[in-house]
Amino acid sequence: MEIFSLLGDGFAVALTPQNLFLALMGCFLGTLMGALPGLGPANGVAILIPIAFSLGLGPTPSLILLTSVYYGAMYGGRISSILLNIPGDEPAMMTCLDGYPMARAGKAGEALSLSGVASFIGAFCATCGLVLLAPQLVKIALLFGPAEYFVLFTVAFATLGGITSTNQAKSAFAAALGLGIAMIGSDSQTGSQRFTFDHIHLYDGIDFLIAIVGLFALSEVFIFLEHHRSGTGNTVTAPKVGRILPDFKMIKSCMPTIGRGTALGFFAGVLPGAGASLGSFLAYSLEKQSVDRDGKTFGKGDPRGVAAPEAGNNAASGGALVPMLALGVPGSGTTAVLLAVLLQLNITPGPLLFTKNPDVVWGLIAALFIGNFMLLAMNIPLVGLFTRVLMVPTRILMPVVAMISFVGIYSITGSTFDVMLMVGFGVAGWILRKLDVPLVPVILGILLGNQMEVNLRRAMTISDGDWSTLVGSPLAITLWIIAIAGFVLPMFFGRRMKARMDSSRHTDENGG
Amino acid sequence: MSDRIFGVFGLALALFYLWAASIIKDSFMVDVVGPRAFPYMVGTVLALCSIYFILRPDDEPAWPALKGFAEIICAAAVMLVYAWALPEFGFLISTVFATAYLTWRLGTLPHWALLTGVLTSGGIYIVFHLILGLSLAKGPLGF
Repeated sequence: MEIFSLLGDGFAVALTPQNLFLALMGCFLGTLMGALPGLGPANGVAILIPIAFSLGLGPTPSLILLTSVYYGAMYGGRISSILLNIPGDEPAMMTCLDGYPMARAGKAGEALSLSGVASFIGAFCATCGLVLLAPQLVKIALLFGPAEYFVLFTVAFATLGGITSTNQAKSAFAAALGLGIAMIGSDSQTGSQRFTFDHIHLYDGIDFLIAIVGLFALSEVFIFLEHHRSGTGNTVTAPKVGRILPDFKMIKSCMPTIGRGTALGFFAGVLPGAGASLGSFLAYSLEKQSVDRDGKTFGKGDPRGVAAPEAGNNAASGGALVPMLALGVPGSGTTAVLLAVLLQLNITPGPLLFTKNPDVVWGLIAALFIGNFMLLAMNIPLVGLFTRVLMVPTRILMPVVAMISFVGIYSITGSTFDVMLMVGFGVAGWILRKLDVPLVPVILGILLGNQMEVNLRRAMTISDGDWSTLVGSPLAITLWIIAIAGFVLPMFFGRRMKARMDSSRHTDENGG
Repeated sequence: MSDRIFGVFGLALALFYLWAASIIKDSFMVDVVGPRAFPYMVGTVLALCSIYFILRPDDEPAWPALKGFAEIICAAAVMLVYAWALPEFGFLISTVFATAYLTWRLGTLPHWALLTGVLTSGGIYIVFHLILGLSLAKGPLGF
């Protein structure tokens, strides 16, 4: 029952007025960012990190603010999926399939409230799962030595492409690019200057925040410039929301669906390299398999088709926090950005976090519980507010986003060189996205590069230069097997999975 | 074809990286592996992947027309100029023009774009500087 007393302490941290206010702000901003197409959870958190940091917030308050944004974005993504048939973020893609037909049938309000409840249950159960599972994983993680950690990082990179990856060479290239960038600056072990070419701005290395904001937020602006150039009058009109109060009969009939979606989503979230998009996809397609085998109602506005993916993606976002907090190895893009938050605050996630900074971990978890209730309140009665924000045209919104990114980076670094570097990362991000090179491994490489190298060198120092120490324990060998399987399997299944995801989206769109 | 060009570029980058790794100087502190081993591994992975791109390129991505490219390059140039202008002219003035340019290029009429620029710049200044106390770039006029 130690967990309950720890959680109690966590609530004591989270219930201070400042932290409650930050959680509220985070939930609000997160829902907003999730709802706006093009601004996903990763972008939202990335833009806010430098701002939270230059506000001088402590570790726990910043984390509470930013994880509330993360949870909020997962809730918000569904709003534009349902009303406009444009997913607000990637995981909300599956919600379009049944949500938009429901909205067109005049049941937008029911769809929004049902998906709000489904999101709440998914996220709430996943947070409970996090409380139970993370401490167990920490116990395993305490057995890890430097060699095992090195292999664990390899696992993270090998599986990050995920099973929907079509070209593993591109994932590997992206990871190596990130690791290569991380090497710039003075070597942490011996102090030699590496790749700095006597350029004084590079002595401290490249700040990962610059890379993250450039690669995620600015490249999004470039993508918009490319596609929406000629779009002068693309003002979208959302259908009428209708009644917003939840229809309890409908929710009750969807309960088993929500339960299945939650379990699947949480599972997908904990696994490395899967994340929320896979969680919602699995939840939707398995639900369709089990209750609607002939495809009679799914894709035509079946409430269960709204509940399943929403429960799935919110459960996955909670599940993804398990490996991030317990091992310090994120499994998805957004959790990679949350890892950046921790590193920026000088907190090393992993088993030591639970013993050294229990107030941070449990305060964060308590804040997630509180944030969930806030989000439920915000997303059912107040959903009309967010639908109005969707009316702001992107041609005005995107420049504002770009400027806020600039403000964030300039306010922490105060250097023109760094801002220019961010623009460079933005252009590079645009090119890489065009070439189908994933950006998440680049970010993760920059974040984990130094730790990965330090662990390798420590392992070598302990073994006195004997490389076989990397396969020297059963744990390390198991991890190697996972890494190799995670890297090789997508080569066979990746194309098929991706094709299935795309085709299910297309046929359902045409059908609906 | 794009993937092949990318592969050649990646290979050049990898070779440059390996060369730059080979000239890392040892310091007075030493450990078993040294500061060069891990960069060598990273460079090798970069090179191998690039060779793969040259040999087995993916389908051609949907590149924008020449006009689209010009658009991206101009936007990047405006952002670079903005970064340079921040300490020269201060946050408020620079941001008005940078925002106005981007909004204009995304399809707003010029005078509305300028108004959006003024509102965005002022709004960010009030929220982030006056309320939240972030330090923004100060020009010769003090804002």
